[in-house]
Amino acid sequence: MKILRPLIISLVIIAIWQIIILVTKVPPYILPSPFLVAKALYANAESIVSHATITLVEIIMGLAIGTILGSVSALTLSYFRPTRQWLMPILVISQAIPVFALAPLLVLWLGYGMISKVAMAVLIIYFPVTAAFFDGLRNTNPGYLDLAHTMNASKKSILSYIRIPEALPVFASGLRVATAVAPIGAIVGEWVGSSEGLGFLMLHANGRMQIDVMFAALFTLAIITIILYYTVNAGLRHLLYWSPEIQSNKLKET
Amino acid sequence: MQPENSFSVSIKADRLSFGSNLLFENIDFTLAEKEWTCLLGPSGIGKTTLLRIVADLVPNVQNVMATCSDKKPLTGRTAYMAQQDLLLPWLSVLDNVLLGFKLRSEIADTSEAIKLLRLVGLFHNVSDLPATLSGGMRQRVALARTLMENRPVVLMDEPFSNLDAISRVRMQNMAADLLKDRTVLLITHDPMEALRLGDRIYVLSGRPVKFTPPIRLAGTRPRSLEDPNLHIEQANLLTQLTSAHEVDLK
Repeated sequence: MKILRPLIISLVIIAIWQIIILVTKVPPYILPSPFLVAKALYANAESIVSHATITLVEIIMGLAIGTILGSVSALTLSYFRPTRQWLMPILVISQAIPVFALAPLLVLWLGYGMISKVAMAVLIIYFPVTAAFFDGLRNTNPGYLDLAHTMNASKKSILSYIRIPEALPVFASGLRVATAVAPIGAIVGEWVGSSEGLGFLMLHANGRMQIDVMFAALFTLAIITIILYYTVNAGLRHLLYWSPEIQSNKLKET
Repeated sequence: MQPENSFSVSIKADRLSFGSNLLFENIDFTLAEKEWTCLLGPSGIGKTTLLRIVADLVPNVQNVMATCSDKKPLTGRTAYMAQQDLLLPWLSVLDNVLLGFKLRSEIADTSEAIKLLRLVGLFHNVSDLPATLSGGMRQRVALARTLMENRPVVLMDEPFSNLDAISRVRMQNMAADLLKDRTVLLITHDPMEALRLGDRIYVLSGRPVKFTPPIRLAGTRPRSLEDPNLHIEQANLLTQLTSAHEVDLK
């Protein structure tokens, strides 16, 4: 059932899609049928794969760099209290500027290549990662801190043995959000200016009225995002084997 | 394993406030060497605050003096056991017992930890996660962790009050046995617990609380539940504490 379910969901969506086309009789250059999209996917497989690889690399690099930067920021904010007054306003201001508005600038500064797209993705995920991790680091159970103090623990060992592990579930939520939105950054970057990647392919196909190719690219992007999300989620669940949520799920399964 | 030296501790303060609330006046009590001292009083009276000050967990409190009979500071020589077991859910039972050593980056004596877990009857749960244990078992892990710290003074803040009646009596017996040669400060709101485990009981009531000389109890801990004197004394204490509380309500 667990494997069948996504299959059934996909089939239902495709059926609804086909029914809409049959009922409304929209021309294929507005909404192509699932069959046409599949055909376009097959016919352009080679170019779609190469564009998708570019986008995937941008997303993964953006995720990795954004997560590292976000974690370092959260740790700095939590460990060195005085930095909060200086860094928090900057963080909030950075969120007041819509990241999408920065895309043309980034392309201007960093060029048409991958770097500007990676930077877009980093900017988009930096805040959710930092905010979630910092929240987690701040909300340590005071009882644990009491216990650690009577054990003569140093600030550093409290951070690494208590604060960080306890913050991981909250950090994980931030990372899940980041994984879901990172592709947006990469695609927006590609729309603004690039010569490769799925975003470029979509614009290119759109300009030539190859709506079926556009849908094929969109479909590929969705698949990439879903696979990425579930991979990250599985990794996090593995890391958080001890969390109450996963422990209680285990009980249900046995 | 015994801590190398033991000593008595005397705690004194003129007054102690928490925010704008005056909690205690004339704090004066002694943790006699290798004895169990109980602070007995209703919830919300400030017992936990007092214990946290003795444990040096409240910053910027200067007026409370804890003097040890060997003239050394008390800080760093206490082990702490709270109402919650405070087990870290991501560590196994064994690693939880060894927590203090990890936090101090010391080399941990794993065999000693396993020996202690055997003493508290959890030899088979060494590698389990805390979430898989019952409340009583978790509190026994906390007891093993406290013993592992091997400090001469043990501070306990209602450590048995979250347990069901049967587990509580078992835990009291086990703690009394394993900590029989330590200097213990036990905070409790349960008169029977104080009577079973305490050598001296300070009854805390009123607002602010004034310290009066302690009730001294003879005999070895834990005292038998079947002792009729214990039940009479329990009734007396309960009457005393409830009437003080009624005055407070007026």
